[in-house]
Amino acid sequence: MSLTSDDIQRLAQLSRLHFDDPARARLLEGLNNFFAIVEQMREVDTSGVVPMAHPIDAMPLEAWAQHAPSATDGMALRLRDDVVSEPNQREANQRSAPAVERGLFLVPKVIE
Amino acid sequence: MGDLHTLGVAQLSALLQNKDISAVELATRMLARLGGNPHNAFLSVDSEVTLAQAKEADARLAAGDTSPLLGVPIAHKDIFVTTDFPTTAGSRMLEGYRSPFNATVVQRLGDAGMVSLGKLSCDEFAMGSANENVAVPAAKPLPVTNPWDESRIPGGSSGGSAAAVAGHLTPAATGTDTGGSIRQPAAFCGITGIKPTYGRASRYGMVAFASSLDQAGPMARSAEDCALLLSAMCGPDLDRDSTSLDVKEEDFSRDLNQPLAGLRVGVPNEFFSDGLAADVRAAIDAALKTLQDQGATLVSIALPRTALSIPVYYIIAPAEASSNLSRFDGVKFGHRAKEFTDLADMYEKTRTEGFGEEVKRRIMIGSYVLSHGYYDAYYLQAQKIRRMIADDFQRAFASCDVIAGPVAPTVAWKLGDKSDDPLASYLADIFTLPASLAGLPGMSIPVGLGEGGMPVGMQLIGNYLQEARLLNVAHQFQMATDHHLKAPGGAA
Repeated sequence: MSLTSDDIQRLAQLSRLHFDDPARARLLEGLNNFFAIVEQMREVDTSGVVPMAHPIDAMPLEAWAQHAPSATDGMALRLRDDVVSEPNQREANQRSAPAVERGLFLVPKVIE
Repeated sequence: MGDLHTLGVAQLSALLQNKDISAVELATRMLARLGGNPHNAFLSVDSEVTLAQAKEADARLAAGDTSPLLGVPIAHKDIFVTTDFPTTAGSRMLEGYRSPFNATVVQRLGDAGMVSLGKLSCDEFAMGSANENVAVPAAKPLPVTNPWDESRIPGGSSGGSAAAVAGHLTPAATGTDTGGSIRQPAAFCGITGIKPTYGRASRYGMVAFASSLDQAGPMARSAEDCALLLSAMCGPDLDRDSTSLDVKEEDFSRDLNQPLAGLRVGVPNEFFSDGLAADVRAAIDAALKTLQDQGATLVSIALPRTALSIPVYYIIAPAEASSNLSRFDGVKFGHRAKEFTDLADMYEKTRTEGFGEEVKRRIMIGSYVLSHGYYDAYYLQAQKIRRMIADDFQRAFASCDVIAGPVAPTVAWKLGDKSDDPLASYLADIFTLPASLAGLPGMSIPVGLGEGGMPVGMQLIGNYLQEARLLNVAHQFQMATDHHLKAPGGAA
């Protein structure tokens, strides 16, 4: 299965990128070459395999035994308490902004 | 002391602690070597900042502080945000950007008393294997060159870090490794580098490329130096990085002197396939023989999905990148296009101007594999094979303690050789990608010279949290050999 120039156009739109004609042609060729090596993935039988989104859920229990004895169920991704932990640093954070006014980030007019 | 720049971290630490030299003198000597920007390794230098940090280190030394890294110079890959230097991630998108905070890794090394010499070049957003994808300074971006042969690439994406250490511009550097970006440039430049277990080093303040793969680590001249640096870099950062492991800090130097007798070294057949260049194979074979002479046993193991790691990685990493890089929209920081008609046009022009070609290519791949109708066939299938690759490692570690093999199929190639053919560059990542996908610690140590007198690196892969074991093996190897002491002609 190959991508077409229309696919590139659609993906560019999704990605908020623009490619001129020569760039689009180059990209199309490059992506199709890349997806040719991706095809070998299709032949792998992955039935029953749980997708691995993250290395932390692949770490076996033994790995934790000596390092974190309290983690009896292995390591899970954590959520921290829902409390304010950062001070207000608006001025510091806006120093590198392209356009600010009265503490607000300026963008082009959206609503007429 | 005419050759201070040739010394490593542990040696410099001893001189500083003995008051044979001050941190200011040392920093001054190192800064003097950066004129003309050898190998195009640095993206920013600020002697005032460096000397102020050195002065603080001297005050701590005078007060009797014996922290082992106190006063020792380091330079940071420009993917770590810093308050004292600009941060570009090698991208026009961030040219001129100044972070309001320090990356945790930078902060930890600074708290340990290290003196920063500046920021090091890298591939744009760490996407590349040759450091040719650097886009800043926008007026004249220059690829980093290999100190062993200026007509060759240093590897990437931590190419500036590797070239600076190999060229004796700094005794130590930070790097980041998503699919091999510490190990491969370390191998190509003949230095030592380690990527710890995913989650050991905080990702807070590391400009994000692929969040489930990115990991920071040190690059230096020896395993002994890397152990000192890694001990300072790693530790829980629970409030600021949700993927930071809740395991206590470790002294990674503790096992360096353990003998290797009884060590089982797994040798994956798939790493010695037809694609491996003869010169690299010869150097690796000799290194494995050395480990045997030191009492280790070689065990043949299988990592049957090694070749699959290429498509799996190059789907997962761009998918995560396309999401991470959506933050660059010209609103809160970074580049904004000068002319536009409306908000959507501003986004599009800003991103089109700000990102380089390889970054755009990966965003496009990511958008594709995450899009409706393709998600299951590509992204989800890649995540399933990722687990199979991680499981393969666990099976292998049932019969061995560490895994050893090449870092890359060849030595460093010539500048421009693969720059028009990203696929060729992706394929060369084959031996570093599996450990990255699994989240395992991996390192590269120099094991000799190959074609054109270029360094060859051997990769050591350990099981989760076994960094001390890796460093032990590397250090024992380096006690028995002198490959890590060899330097390119220009560095002396």
